[in-house]
Amino acid sequence: MNWLLVGIGGMIGALLRYQVTRFINTRFDIQFPYPTLIINITGSFLLGWFTRDLHAYLPSLGSAPMLILGIGVCGAYTTFSTFSYEAVSLFREQREWTAIAYILISCIGGFAASAIGLYGLPAAR
Amino acid sequence: MAYIAVAIGGFLGAILRYGVSEWLGTLNGLNIATLISNWSGCFVLGWLNTISGQFLPLSPNVRLGIGTGFIGAFTTFSTFTIDAWKLYQNGQVLTSLGYILLSVVGGLIWSYFGYLLAKLHMHWLERGRGGMAR
Repeated sequence: MNWLLVGIGGMIGALLRYQVTRFINTRFDIQFPYPTLIINITGSFLLGWFTRDLHAYLPSLGSAPMLILGIGVCGAYTTFSTFSYEAVSLFREQREWTAIAYILISCIGGFAASAIGLYGLPAAR
Repeated sequence: MAYIAVAIGGFLGAILRYGVSEWLGTLNGLNIATLISNWSGCFVLGWLNTISGQFLPLSPNVRLGIGTGFIGAFTTFSTFTIDAWKLYQNGQVLTSLGYILLSVVGGLIWSYFGYLLAKLHMHWLERGRGGMAR
């Protein structure tokens, strides 16, 4: 039944991504792939947090919450294919620096967000 | 209808990604399954987003279901970032860096290959039609 849990999560994640993208694109006239950037950064944070803490909240449910929320929702909400496609499109439009900035911000933002989820915010001194 | 298309695509895409990861597992701590899912998804999306409706007559909702739903859910960014941190945490710093470079550079190259293949397809079909007209 694991596959069904992942599938239900995937359905929710894909719908969320579609809705966030539509929400941003219909309200703002933007020339930069902000929707995917925001989705990949927030999803990386959530998966980091789920990886660290989810089992502690609902121990009686075993691996089910991670299958639905982690592999299903976060996995499907974030996307690598659209990210690559958008970066290649920027290169093709000869906006090389915008493409490089998009790739770097996605990666640095994604790694920072998942680290905050996994390890928590750095302690203030 | 658009929501139903995205939902069905997302359902199937996530299950296929899970199936690939259960089937392939990891190689020396390297998540080869995510790499293969992401690369293949980049290639297919590059092709699908480029090929015109004239050559691939699909309704907008079916395209949305396949592109945004299925391929979008099949590929993943969050697992990629978490995998890289896990490798780093295990002390496999070079493997982690290699995984990041392979994922990003490979993803871009595959996406571009998909775009080129679609352009080539359209070129062949266009020529084929021209030939028939003559």
